[in-house]
Amino acid sequence: MNYMELSATDLALASLLLVVNGAISLAFRLGLAVSFAVAALRMGVQLAAVGFVLNFIFAQTSPLWTLLIVLVMVLVAGYELVQRQERRFRGWLAYGLGNATLLLVGGLATLYAVVLVVHPSPWYAPRYIVPILGMVLGNTLTSCSLALQTLTESAVRERPAIEARIALGATRIEAFAAVLRRALNTAITPLLNVMSVAGIVSLPGMMTGQILAGADPAEAAKYQIMIMFVLTGASGLGAFAAAFAGVFLLTDTRHRLRLDRLTKPA
Amino acid sequence: MLRVDYLSVGGLPPVSFVVAPQECLAVEGPSGSGKTRLLRAVADLDAADGFVYLEGAERREVPGPEWRRRVRYAAAEPAWWGANAREHFPAAAKLDRLIPAIGLEPKLLDRPLSELSTGERQRLGLVRALADEPRVLLLDEPTAALDAEATALAEELIRFQILAGRMVVLVSHNPQQIARLAHTRLVLPGQGQAAILARVAA
Repeated sequence: MNYMELSATDLALASLLLVVNGAISLAFRLGLAVSFAVAALRMGVQLAAVGFVLNFIFAQTSPLWTLLIVLVMVLVAGYELVQRQERRFRGWLAYGLGNATLLLVGGLATLYAVVLVVHPSPWYAPRYIVPILGMVLGNTLTSCSLALQTLTESAVRERPAIEARIALGATRIEAFAAVLRRALNTAITPLLNVMSVAGIVSLPGMMTGQILAGADPAEAAKYQIMIMFVLTGASGLGAFAAAFAGVFLLTDTRHRLRLDRLTKPA
Repeated sequence: MLRVDYLSVGGLPPVSFVVAPQECLAVEGPSGSGKTRLLRAVADLDAADGFVYLEGAERREVPGPEWRRRVRYAAAEPAWWGANAREHFPAAAKLDRLIPAIGLEPKLLDRPLSELSTGERQRLGLVRALADEPRVLLLDEPTAALDAEATALAEELIRFQILAGRMVVLVSHNPQQIARLAHTRLVLPGQGQAAILARVAA
């Protein structure tokens, strides 16, 4: 594989488009010029830093480095998952739920994809684990976040109906059946939409990247199909795990509804 | 027999009482004295210190859903999760007998719930609470939204439950209703008073 290396001048040329945007904003007093500059600078610094960090990690041979970056990625994703919730579980429950789900589902899906499907040597090679985990976590984070958001919102809004079912002798899963179904539906619908238009409306980012890097488009498509299976599978499982864990946290062993375990929205 | 021992609900003074089969206990008290919270605690819908025994078994010895199939709380405003009332009843419920008994047309069961009046929904809620024949009925103002005629039918249905050997705990603001249905009265205290348990004068 060979690809066209980019020089600093190339990057500067690409950024000209943003400079034009900034100029338009100044001319029409949209007040966006500064925001543009800050966001663009941030993006550049973040991606450059990631490039350097990955360079360093790919050069290491110890699996401990892979483990370390995996943990950092899961912790950041778990934190982000909690931050996206309007109503959160009190105390450590929120982060425990988020991190446990992401570590379990993201970790298993990544290991599965890398070890059994791609099988590089050594199996823990960060060059494969890190990018795949990154994509899996990003997608699982979105679906878990949607599932939990729908679950907690519906539980608060439909408290009387849920408690009516509990009072009539329903178990917590029976009492939450309708809410659970809605939460999973909300989480999984975007995944189905992405799969059904992949390649026609949008050329997935990873495939684009591989083609730009000189890969055979047919090979890139195979990789993308594999990744789509893993991403969608992991996201669905993540939503499922998060929603069920959410029901168990919203209720207690006596099958009582425990909305007191949620915080008020900010 | 339903026995409540030192049940203390959310900072209120503990309450003890006993209800035997074929007996109705009325719970009275000013607003905020914890009548609803007491019933919810007996049904184990809210956590509370103290003990509740049904026929010798304490509530914690029985799984929560099983306890609530025996000890049934019926809220003042019944909540619904389906589109029509029929979805909310167990398949074995004797609806063809119960629905006319409370003065409703059976066809109401298949109408959208939003088209029913508050009183119709309250009566359906009462029927829903007793359709699977729980041992204990905890009724929270079961006739608050009903006119005199519907109230009489609802009371008849409650009286039938008492005669059939069930235990009824009734929260009501209507002294005549308490005189008609209850055998015992429990008056929950206001601030700093003790609970009063008394027989109803015949």
